[in-house]
Amino acid sequence: MASASEEVWVLGIHMTKFGKHPDLDTVDLASQAVQGALADGGVTMKDMGVIGAGNLMGGALPIGQVVQKQLGQTGIPVYNVSNACATGATALRVAVMSIKAGETDMGLAFGVEKLAGAGLLAGGSRKSDNNEWTPSGRYGAVAGVDGRIGTETMPGVFAQIGMEYGHRYGGTSFELFAQISEKNHAHSTLNPLAAYTKKMTLEEIMNDVMIAYPNTRPMCSANCDGAAAAVVVSGSKLKTLSLEQQKRAVKISASILTTDPWEEACQVLPDVNELTRRAVAQAYEQAGVGPQDLNLVELHDCFATAELVHYDNLGLCERGGAADFFKSGATWRDGSTPVNVSGGLESKGHPIAATGIANVWEVTTHLRGEGGDRQIEGAKVGLTHVIGLGSACGVHILEKSAA
Amino acid sequence: MAQQIPLVDYLVLGDDPHLVANECTSCGARYFDRRNACARCEGTDFKQVDVPTTGEVRAFTIVSFAAPGIPVPFVAAVVDCEGTSVRANLMNVTPDPEHVTTGMKVRLATEVIGTDDNGTEAVGFGFEPLGG
Repeated sequence: MASASEEVWVLGIHMTKFGKHPDLDTVDLASQAVQGALADGGVTMKDMGVIGAGNLMGGALPIGQVVQKQLGQTGIPVYNVSNACATGATALRVAVMSIKAGETDMGLAFGVEKLAGAGLLAGGSRKSDNNEWTPSGRYGAVAGVDGRIGTETMPGVFAQIGMEYGHRYGGTSFELFAQISEKNHAHSTLNPLAAYTKKMTLEEIMNDVMIAYPNTRPMCSANCDGAAAAVVVSGSKLKTLSLEQQKRAVKISASILTTDPWEEACQVLPDVNELTRRAVAQAYEQAGVGPQDLNLVELHDCFATAELVHYDNLGLCERGGAADFFKSGATWRDGSTPVNVSGGLESKGHPIAATGIANVWEVTTHLRGEGGDRQIEGAKVGLTHVIGLGSACGVHILEKSAA
Repeated sequence: MAQQIPLVDYLVLGDDPHLVANECTSCGARYFDRRNACARCEGTDFKQVDVPTTGEVRAFTIVSFAAPGIPVPFVAAVVDCEGTSVRANLMNVTPDPEHVTTGMKVRLATEVIGTDDNGTEAVGFGFEPLGG
């Protein structure tokens, strides 16, 4: 049985094609991902001791049990989790923690979302303006405040986060943010599972529909359908499996979840910085690696403005140096720290609950040397990062098997 | 003059409109919503304090695409009012990046957002350029 000092490994992992799947429902997509992960790991539902499951927008059904009823009702505990855009990473951590706690030696995590065609996912919390003004809620508002007291929309919130970074440290511009998007769209052309695989010029990006300055439409994460699933296993159990399974297994050297600690202004504009800094500091310590050791990073580019601040938050550059770091070319796939070689949320897509496992799939694929045309040669260590606004930050560090 | 009511209860109307915050008496953390406790120090005692009516734009966005029924474009911003951060729209400014910049100095302003069946006006707030 596993123990608290037990290593945890990714044994099998799968991501569906992201995009439009009009003929598949949430259960179909989740099933594809789960069956793919089980087959990839050479195991079955009977081998699983726990399931962490995530689906944010699908309603009240317990998605874990609904999927069990299609793929295998074995009676094991299911944890249906909800943690905004960090839902997938949280589901994965549930399986990891169960192994660390010694409750099981193998577990499954999956996240699934149907979002193709969805518009803005927040904002508009305006009640219909009354015939008689009546204060209500925790601010005593007599009418809706979205659009009257700032914005609740995600593109607008993350635009301000990028603008604030520029105000504090300088070096940013509309063009610079658009160049980040240009990079991710270029990367996506090599990823057959991405929702959008079209290269876009800087001019096309800057002249596209403005959503919330400085984020135009291609600088925003793409709403789409998709699912991802992972099978994780304890180190001692892995030793009993075949050499082939051991060779393809990828070590989870760090699995961290944080929330936003109190800071001035954090309840005025959500803070995505301090919790990321804390998460990654813990992750580097747990894994015994530093940012200079990372061969690739999949970070939460829900908007181009967000990617910039996370170069800094993840310690990929010196404090305040994110703009210069990007301008150096470091984060392109042929740079010193390739970031979002999958295309990122802006072009690969962002089926919310799937994202925190899909990024682990991407890094795992490179560490196994199975990346095909977009393989980062010789990749040994990679990092994944997600932010769920509200806020939660999930960070995983993955390492290639020595077997 | 018509009877008036503030859009939110942390806006105080009258001759000198201003915002008020709930300040934790233990640690000084400030909040605009009704509080159960202080998220910084867990204190449960608060006093109401006036927030300075001038400040500096620390972050902004120009929202061109919003939920149905919300007029666009508008400028959403975070204004640093001498150490207290406030979320607000910018008013009386052309909503384009040539006219709005981080670091610009602004002051509180109010505007009527509508009138109910009793003839009562609801008054909202924003910040406008200083000397503009």
